[in-house]
Amino acid sequence: MIAYIMCFILFLVGLYGVITRRNLVKIAVSLSIMEISTFLFFALIGYIDGGVAPIVDPADPVKTYVDPLPQALVLTAIVIGLATTAMLMAIIIRLYRKYGTFDIREIKNLRG
Amino acid sequence: MNPLLPLFVVTPLAGAFLIMIIGRFIKEFNKYFASLILLFLACLSLYFLFITGENVSVYKVGGWEPIDKIPIGIYIVMDGFTAIVVCIINIVGFLSAFYSISYMKRYTAENYYYALFCLMIAGMNGVVISGDLFNIFVFLEISVISAYALVAFGVEKNELEASFKYQVLGGIASFLILFGIGFIYWKAKTLNIADIKEAFSTGYDRTYFLFVQILILSGFGLKAAIMPFHAWLPDAHSSAPSPISAMLSGVLIKAVGIYVIIRLFFNMFPISGGMSILITTLGTLSMVTGVFLAIGQWDIKRLLAYHSISQMGYVVLSVGIGMMIISKGGSKEIAALAITGGIFHLINHAAFKGLLFLNAGSIEYTIGTRDLKEMGGLAKSMPATSATSLIASLSISGIPPFNGFFSKLIIIIAAIMAHYYFLALLAVIVSIITLASFMKFQRYAFFNKKDDKNERRIKEVPFPMVFSMIIMSILCILLSLLVIPQIRDVVLSPAIDILMDPSKYTSIIIGQ
Repeated sequence: MIAYIMCFILFLVGLYGVITRRNLVKIAVSLSIMEISTFLFFALIGYIDGGVAPIVDPADPVKTYVDPLPQALVLTAIVIGLATTAMLMAIIIRLYRKYGTFDIREIKNLRG
Repeated sequence: MNPLLPLFVVTPLAGAFLIMIIGRFIKEFNKYFASLILLFLACLSLYFLFITGENVSVYKVGGWEPIDKIPIGIYIVMDGFTAIVVCIINIVGFLSAFYSISYMKRYTAENYYYALFCLMIAGMNGVVISGDLFNIFVFLEISVISAYALVAFGVEKNELEASFKYQVLGGIASFLILFGIGFIYWKAKTLNIADIKEAFSTGYDRTYFLFVQILILSGFGLKAAIMPFHAWLPDAHSSAPSPISAMLSGVLIKAVGIYVIIRLFFNMFPISGGMSILITTLGTLSMVTGVFLAIGQWDIKRLLAYHSISQMGYVVLSVGIGMMIISKGGSKEIAALAITGGIFHLINHAAFKGLLFLNAGSIEYTIGTRDLKEMGGLAKSMPATSATSLIASLSISGIPPFNGFFSKLIIIIAAIMAHYYFLALLAVIVSIITLASFMKFQRYAFFNKKDDKNERRIKEVPFPMVFSMIIMSILCILLSLLVIPQIRDVVLSPAIDILMDPSKYTSIIIGQ
């Protein structure tokens, strides 16, 4: 149970960072932290105490295996996370070229 | 098992790939090829709309048959509701792509534009036809990542800022959705929507479900820009190139937001009283606040974007009313009427909001500004734009012969029949304010100043843009025919049936 709570705390740490940080890159890092907490959560829900890697052994069919599906999901989600992070970083670099700053308080053309 | 089903995802993906490869060598290839692909998809979606009706077709990717009635492969499902949304996506997509042929001449890197456009279509089609929760997430990410890039396509200050905001909020939404999926998988040990429904129907832990439902609702609500999560929408939708604004506002928020919310809350979760009240409240809130935020805007695309929030509020509100009636065990007919109104309005909104954004794009294309105060007197010099935008404005404000009137009427009648008089009153008031706001748009953009001699030498926009706008305006008029019972039975009723009767959805998918 403690692992799940830690995982949720990690999510909240990321959320806190997204809300309070003023630096664009730090916001991106906070988003990555949130992302990783979700991946951890997926890895945890597939975990079974005493389970081994899910490669079926014909000699011993009654072994306990961990659930392989969440692992597959995490791999997919990591690839998607890579794409979103790369996209976000590309936009941040462009923003820096336009504004010359990473400070979110100075990037506020759009309102109302 | 219909072998044509995966084409909805495969064709645009292949198209995006080919545009990037061949577009480098052959100029002009990209725009015509993209339009061709979208035309093909639009025809295919119409074909599916006609053949689907009551019979649901299921495609199992890789041919993995269920074992002991437990689905193990990835399922692609085409039912009545899916067919409608797929039609919206591909028809509006085709018209926007055709419109882009002229509009995008001002931008460089057209290859990237059309490739991203095809990717976005692939993602949205994937979300809609997927019968599997994690697949919905994957396709959703494909479509929103392309949307992030397309919002920033102008790479000016405003576009980049809007895209950044959209990405941060969209990222948070994605993680909330992913968490929700994780929690569902933890309890149900499956990801197939029909199978999850089956697993949920046995064990029922109230607080656990409430938590999962809130996660899913806030995640997809952020993607759909329902009221407390709306902050990104006006920026993103007004900064994108106009055909993309039409796609984002007309299609994307429905396909990845509203559609998934309706699908999951009707066909997957057991309908609960608390959630239905929450959904209705959010719908009412966005309906009312959206229109009040819109009326003070002077930037046309921002004005239209705020109206998208308000009109989506109508859809969410009527669906919420339907859920409230079902959860209270009230009359099935009234619940079906409310949901019919919601889905009808969803279709109509795609037509008129897409058209309005294309009109805004035309105005921007000719006179180079989005500020209403600098326009005026365009009615004479741009007759097609003026006429079509008048049709769209009357549709969105609910004036009788046009489609918006009938869907709003159905929503209001359903609210009155369910004895929610206050909600009905609010819907009427919001409709009137919408009318006022579009009167302002019409007056300042097209009439107001006298410009008889045409001093600014304004010409009507080129043929592809006019063509798209005229087809959209014809759709605005024709869609009101959906209110006729014979046509409604063919198009809308299968969707309502599948939503009203979750056990039917489950039995069809598990049974096949």
